[in-house]
Amino acid sequence: MIVEIEALTKVYEGKQRVVAVDGIDLEVKEGEIFGLLGPNGAGKTTTIGVATTRTLPTSGKVRINGIDVVDQPARARRSIGVVPQFNTLDRSLTIFENLYYHCRYFGFSHAQARDRSDQLLAQFLLTERRKAFPAQLSGGLAQRVQIARAIAHRPTVLFLDEPSAGLDPQSRLAMWTAVQSLRKDGITVLLTTHYMEEADALSDRVAIVDHGRLLALGSPQKLKDTFGAQTIIQLTLRQTDQLAALAAELATRSGVQNIETLDDGLRLFTTGAEGLLPDLIQSAARLGLRDIAINEPSLETVFIHLTGRDLRE
Amino acid sequence: MNNPISDRSLFVKAFYGLLLRDLRVISRELAPFLLRVGMQPLLFLFVFTYIMPRMAGGSPMASTAGPGFGTVLLPGLMAVAIMFCGIAAVALPLSTEFGSTREIDDRVMCPVPVAAVALEKVVFSALQSIVAAGLVIPMAIWIPASPVYPDLHRWPLMAIVLVLSSLLAGALGLAIGSSVSPRHIGLVFSILVVPITFLGCVYYPWAYLDKIRWLQIAVLLNPIVYICEGLRSAVTPQVHSMPVWIVLPALVVFLAILGRLGLRAFLRRVIS
Repeated sequence: MIVEIEALTKVYEGKQRVVAVDGIDLEVKEGEIFGLLGPNGAGKTTTIGVATTRTLPTSGKVRINGIDVVDQPARARRSIGVVPQFNTLDRSLTIFENLYYHCRYFGFSHAQARDRSDQLLAQFLLTERRKAFPAQLSGGLAQRVQIARAIAHRPTVLFLDEPSAGLDPQSRLAMWTAVQSLRKDGITVLLTTHYMEEADALSDRVAIVDHGRLLALGSPQKLKDTFGAQTIIQLTLRQTDQLAALAAELATRSGVQNIETLDDGLRLFTTGAEGLLPDLIQSAARLGLRDIAINEPSLETVFIHLTGRDLRE
Repeated sequence: MNNPISDRSLFVKAFYGLLLRDLRVISRELAPFLLRVGMQPLLFLFVFTYIMPRMAGGSPMASTAGPGFGTVLLPGLMAVAIMFCGIAAVALPLSTEFGSTREIDDRVMCPVPVAAVALEKVVFSALQSIVAAGLVIPMAIWIPASPVYPDLHRWPLMAIVLVLSSLLAGALGLAIGSSVSPRHIGLVFSILVVPITFLGCVYYPWAYLDKIRWLQIAVLLNPIVYICEGLRSAVTPQVHSMPVWIVLPALVVFLAILGRLGLRAFLRRVIS
């Protein structure tokens, strides 16, 4: 196992006691791309913070390549590459120098650092920008430089914290390609995200976290099969006094597996929207149907199934 | 990377890498660096040891201080140059790097104990301080109406005082840079740096304060006093100064205190 997280907790004491991580167990295998999916504030960044030696755990253990990150942080950092949530490129250095000096910090000689930096610039299509300063780069390019820098010292595991935060759709796709290409270098990747499409597209396995706890773990397909192979139809209604009656009525329709009552409508877990939809609209019209939302089976529906909430809420 | 490279050799290489990075950055800003460290002593010497003595007794400062003022001023200006370097080379960059950009992150993630990153900052700032203090000497020879020649016979003492003082200034910069937000760093100059230089026996020897006994005792809490007095006994032994056996231990004690405070503040910012 490359990353082993055992019963990890992190509590921030203070005026308001915050339990950021509440007993997480995880294992990330060599060579896999592992996604940590959850809404903001779920404890993803704190978990990565502990694993990358920047946050001290309240209890529990994290080992990287068998090295305990609390006992031997400096040694653990040899195996770790980090792409943080924000652009932390060294503003006083050019793109080439950002890579070059990063290599020097990891003990590379001048020639080794120069060659590795040139190779990375080529690999990430950055050669033309080698003399640019970070302030001159777009968000997508800066993110690519950060990934290149993070793997420059050939770490065994790369941590990506919300890698597509703030990126336009095109840059996000480019970033996905870059991350997938790391697989052939044998680099294990642990990424956090609150975009279910991202977790779905990139990860071999996904862990769904919320409120510092692990809710489910498995390949995206397995998660969908186990928890959310359902199309979720959400009806928002104007009149809510007869919700219970409507729920009882709709529950008898074929294809409807389960119904949850919300404050302003109903949430139906169904085998599919096709065929069911006209009927639903007709029945719901009586109560003043205001909006209808359909979620095809995805990690999003898995998340709703597990927490009763939307990822974006 | 699980290579067989030993921890110690990696430490040395990483530390050297950090130094190289800072050297590269400063090489791009050589002119601003020289202006920053040179302007104050240049103007000070020009006004007080070139203009004033020519104003036929018009200035009370010139008449009391006379040509000897340049001699009093030389170690003081060296001390100020050392101090300002420590602040400018550590506190200002650290404050921004810890601020919104968090640029320090990549260096903090290098495979050495986090304290080494702070230590490198202090060492690099100390090197700049020594250069800055050295620049004051030729100015003191060329600018004043009556040249001031430093007595360099006591160079071992000078070397020890310079190194201790420069590290001390770097440690102070580390403490300030790690605990003050970029928004407030200007304020620190007004309420901390300016007072400790003006009350740091820069423009007068400590012994002359005996007429104002309470102040003479109060300024003993100011580390700049020991930097000035140490440089006085090393560079201008003709001016009365505090005994070396007080100055050197005092410098070591202040270095230990500020170094500890600075390192604590640094670690608090880096590890949560």
